[in-house]
Amino acid sequence: MPGMTLYDKLVASHEVARIDGEHVLLYVDLHIMNEYTSPQAFSGLAARGRRVLRPGQQMAVVDHVIPTHAVPAAARVIQEPASSRQARNLKRNCDEQGIALFDTTDPLQGIEHVVAPEHGMILPGMAVLCGDSHTTTYGALGALGFGIGTSEVEHILATQTLVYRVARNMRVRVDGRLPAGVSAKDLVIYVVHRLGAQGARGYAVEYCGQAIDVLSAEARMTLCNMTVEAGARAALIAPDDTTRRYVEAHAPHLAGADLELAHAHWRTLCSDTDAGFELEHAFDAASIAPFVTWGTSPDQALPVNGTVPDPEAEPDALARVALRKAIDYIGLAPGTPIAGVPIDRVFIGSCTNGRIEDLRVVAGLVRGRKVAPGVRAMVVPGSGAVRAQAEAEGIAAQLIEAGFEWRQPGCSMCLAMNDDVLRPGERCASTTNRNFEGRQGRGGRTHLMSPAMAAAAALAGRIVDARALEHAA
Amino acid sequence: MKTSSVIAGIAAPLPYSNLDTDQIMPKQFLRIIDKAGLDRGLLYDLRFDEAGRLRADFVLNQPAYAGASVLVAGPNFGCGSSREHAVWGLQQFGIRAVIAPSFGEIFFFNALNNGLLLVALPAPQVDALLQRVSNTASPQVRIDLLAGTVAAADGWAASFQLSARHRDMFAHGQDMVGASLQQLDEIARYEAAHWARHPWMRDVARRVRARLDTAG
Repeated sequence: MPGMTLYDKLVASHEVARIDGEHVLLYVDLHIMNEYTSPQAFSGLAARGRRVLRPGQQMAVVDHVIPTHAVPAAARVIQEPASSRQARNLKRNCDEQGIALFDTTDPLQGIEHVVAPEHGMILPGMAVLCGDSHTTTYGALGALGFGIGTSEVEHILATQTLVYRVARNMRVRVDGRLPAGVSAKDLVIYVVHRLGAQGARGYAVEYCGQAIDVLSAEARMTLCNMTVEAGARAALIAPDDTTRRYVEAHAPHLAGADLELAHAHWRTLCSDTDAGFELEHAFDAASIAPFVTWGTSPDQALPVNGTVPDPEAEPDALARVALRKAIDYIGLAPGTPIAGVPIDRVFIGSCTNGRIEDLRVVAGLVRGRKVAPGVRAMVVPGSGAVRAQAEAEGIAAQLIEAGFEWRQPGCSMCLAMNDDVLRPGERCASTTNRNFEGRQGRGGRTHLMSPAMAAAAALAGRIVDARALEHAA
Repeated sequence: MKTSSVIAGIAAPLPYSNLDTDQIMPKQFLRIIDKAGLDRGLLYDLRFDEAGRLRADFVLNQPAYAGASVLVAGPNFGCGSSREHAVWGLQQFGIRAVIAPSFGEIFFFNALNNGLLLVALPAPQVDALLQRVSNTASPQVRIDLLAGTVAAADGWAASFQLSARHRDMFAHGQDMVGASLQQLDEIARYEAAHWARHPWMRDVARRVRARLDTAG
């Protein structure tokens, strides 16, 4: 019998039943919900008189629509009537079904993919699903995580399972060390650029290699989070000592005999040496520079010393049309060096880069400096716990002193479903995950980059290589 | 969600790669707790200008494509956000099928669960079909689900494959939740064994929330 990949093992250990050659009935250990992709699932259940099968394995967060104004947590209110209704609806559904909720005024409220791991809800070997594409984040801790639609949310609420088409296996090896000043965010933008926006479509991607081994657990979350932008169904990193330390620090409820059992389980969570991967890629970490997107798809990216491509040099007709459309929207001429492009806004936050380590990097860079005149720069911590930690460490004071807005947690301007929105034509240096047309606001222009690069852009008023600032520090 | 086995109608060309669900259904239409009004939001920024006026140059606003029931699109259609609102909006607008070289993963399953037919054809065949439906004199297509064929007005045709499971779902519709609820005994047996091996996974959300509430 051939060896199994980590992904194969995670699927096999959650298989309730085989449905056919492609599909299994997959068990879900934890299901996470938000206020905008769950309402129709709850009403679908109610319409057929069905109940939530396992309320103790559901949790919910108000994160997408909540405003992030800097008022005390207890005073947070959603003024916009439709968004307020979504939040109240979620609370009612959770109360009725006995589901754990992180509500608008909860000091621990935050972005679902920040809140769940920081309180130890994500453990290696679990299957964690959520009506949000960035659920791939949890592969960073050796859990199978992926996003689903609302019909599937309803299916999980009723049965704690999902009818799941098993993905193919891809391995991405990243050898060597990332250069100083190059982060997991640069790495993942690079990987998405190399694979393409659908290069991992239908695959579960397992990362390995020296560059991955030395990443912190939070950096791994950044990497796995954004791997979905290459179309991946899941992203995984085998649990190691880094994972164990993170999980034990965040899951004090896992102790004693359970912890010993868990350690034994986690040691099995790796790909067998003779496991087969349908597709393998290998990249050299040492060759990666800070990466920035220039276009309207996350794979339209280049190193900070690169120039905007020329669509007319693209031989494929459809691809040429796509490049022209992106160039037209982003408002940069072919051949423009990306370094030096002036920006109006800076957004630091999101489920990709809203964790404490991200904010430490930003604070380290901006200490003693000022946001450039005319630039509006926001820092939105990923959760109330991150916010409190940043305040305790003096990070918040440094950011405010440098001229950043220090706000309450939420998805904020990552998808602009709240009142944090770009105006038409505004150009934003953003630590988020999607530069789609209109994503951050109609006509808004998004350049995805790392927290260090976004901080440097805030100080310079234009896109610059953050490493120059670090050297000057 | 029962659909018939033949979809015949006007097909609109949308020759864009990676047409993401943020564009298919923008954020301002997502603040709902039901599924109402999503036909207006469909491809909003492409259909309407900043002042909310119809953009006459956009394909779905052209008279030849009025009442279109099929879209022919570029690769990775529906990539990005998991929002099922994109599928609901397409259906409320009258779209019954999308033909493209490939589809975003989550979108694919959302479509399946709502009976929106997705037909994957090789890129050269999609290009050939795009050229045909771009002819405003004859933008009709006919999709035969059981035969697995797509035909254009001039007789051009291509075949596609759907798995037996997916063909049945489209042809007959299915209460997926109801089907899985038939397996509650198997689910309970699985849980008993799973929790015996990994007791810390049981009720993880409730237990963590209780710990946080106690600590708070």
